[in-house]
Amino acid sequence: MDVKQQTAKSDFPGQIHETPGGGIVLSKLDDVINWARSNSLWPLTFATSCCGIEYMAVAGAKYDFSRFGFEVARATPRQADVIIIAGTIVNKMAPVLKRLYDQMADPKYVIAMGACAISGGPFFYNTYSVVKGADHVIPVDVYVAGCPPRPEALLHALIKLQEKIKSGLTREQIRKDKE
Amino acid sequence: MFEEVGTTTEGDIIINVGPQHPATHGVLHLVITLNGETIKKVEPHLGYIHRSIEKMCESLSYRQFIYVTSRMDYLSSHINNHACALCVEKGLQVEVPPRAQVIRVLMDELTRIASHELWWGAMAMDLGAFTPFFHAFRERESINDIMEETCGARLTMNYMVPGGVMQDLHPNFQKKVKEFMQLYKRKIHEYDELVTGNIIFQNRMKNVGYLSAEDAVSYGCSGPAARGSGVSCDIRKIYPYEIYDKLEFDEVLETGGDSFARYMVRIREMQQSIRIIEQLIDNIPEGDFQAKTKAVLKLPKGEFYTRVETARGELGVYIVSEGGTTPYRIKFRSPGFSNLSVLDHIARGSKLGDLVAMMGTLDLVIPDIDR
Repeated sequence: MDVKQQTAKSDFPGQIHETPGGGIVLSKLDDVINWARSNSLWPLTFATSCCGIEYMAVAGAKYDFSRFGFEVARATPRQADVIIIAGTIVNKMAPVLKRLYDQMADPKYVIAMGACAISGGPFFYNTYSVVKGADHVIPVDVYVAGCPPRPEALLHALIKLQEKIKSGLTREQIRKDKE
Repeated sequence: MFEEVGTTTEGDIIINVGPQHPATHGVLHLVITLNGETIKKVEPHLGYIHRSIEKMCESLSYRQFIYVTSRMDYLSSHINNHACALCVEKGLQVEVPPRAQVIRVLMDELTRIASHELWWGAMAMDLGAFTPFFHAFRERESINDIMEETCGARLTMNYMVPGGVMQDLHPNFQKKVKEFMQLYKRKIHEYDELVTGNIIFQNRMKNVGYLSAEDAVSYGCSGPAARGSGVSCDIRKIYPYEIYDKLEFDEVLETGGDSFARYMVRIREMQQSIRIIEQLIDNIPEGDFQAKTKAVLKLPKGEFYTRVETARGELGVYIVSEGGTTPYRIKFRSPGFSNLSVLDHIARGSKLGDLVAMMGTLDLVIPDIDR
């Protein structure tokens, strides 16, 4: 396949003008940065309960999130870009989650995976210890419904997050625009 | 957040592992006192995923509370549901139809294989080998597909109900299970070639984390953790429930007591589960899949206790009923809690790097411990 055709067909933001001796790309720097960012998001290996197993299944060969640039799961928040809250957050865990989020370097993104991370899920009623939604603790970009969500649902959420980053609509980008 | 870092007056180093740490398989917090690289003390801190399931169950009816228990030990969710269903049936004195009994045992054993496979992949990943994880998930996904067809879920099944199972088997069930068993038999030797026979793996596992039979009993260990020390504790053999007394299978016992023995118990247990499934898959009796029960269940006044063998050990369900529609008190005896309590004992005196191997072979599921 011709190389020029390949770049023209990809989702790279900008126009390619062909000139003798090579092509010239015209684009906004922000768009290029967002495009680059969105295609290599490193998740934090963070799982508190059942959703963690589906998170592992997404890392497995059948669903394989490395196709979308997520394969480098980091164990330390300092190297991670996106935190997937896979599981219930309880009152004792909430400060830890906040701390993990604070330790991540900007830009950072959050996916709330499963009913527990969205609202407390099946533990919404009658419990004294569950935080009713992880967004009480840290801001969330994408919510995935399910108990636990299917791997396809998590993949969909990851792609949605990429779209959000590419369109320049994440929280920290909006904040930057305001300043 | 409780935390202590630094050095003690004797010059020992105190470090924290977790709550967010890939080797703790969840959110376990270990405070480890180290003398150089040698472990002097391991102190587990629990509660980072305490969801008050026992308290929740007190306000849910006898049909509803089973769904919450799927989230306890989510790797053997069928078996958790099974234990609760058995306890309610004991109170109601309901006879489960033979078809439902066979379906339950089939599902339990498939779950056991799926759970052990995930353990195998995750434990090898803890030790630094990433490939086994993909091999394990390849087989596990085919079990998940079978589960999904019949139960509608991949992980938290909620399939067992008081009186039987929720719905009949999917027409493809037998065919799919046979396909899975063929796949499994073709691939099982890869497990040994990749990991079991590996000299690096054996050096890291043998003579590490020794647990004697006496200690296993006195700490209340159960499941593969105790059977690796030669303690006969398989509930399926000593207190058979459902149709386990009519089935031919061996209780897997190893006498090594070290991490490698516990590893081998699980590997051999998967083959025994295959053996059970082989006996049953062509002999599923016709008939009802659920006994007729009342819409609103009421247990008579009293106390009821049942126990089953999960992939991790003995799970006990203790219900105190006051005669109402909800339990007065529920207590779960989870295998993970007792197995975790032995960690300090077996880790003392060994190196910090070996702690991961020990925790891997104890096969801890933290939401099962915290509940």
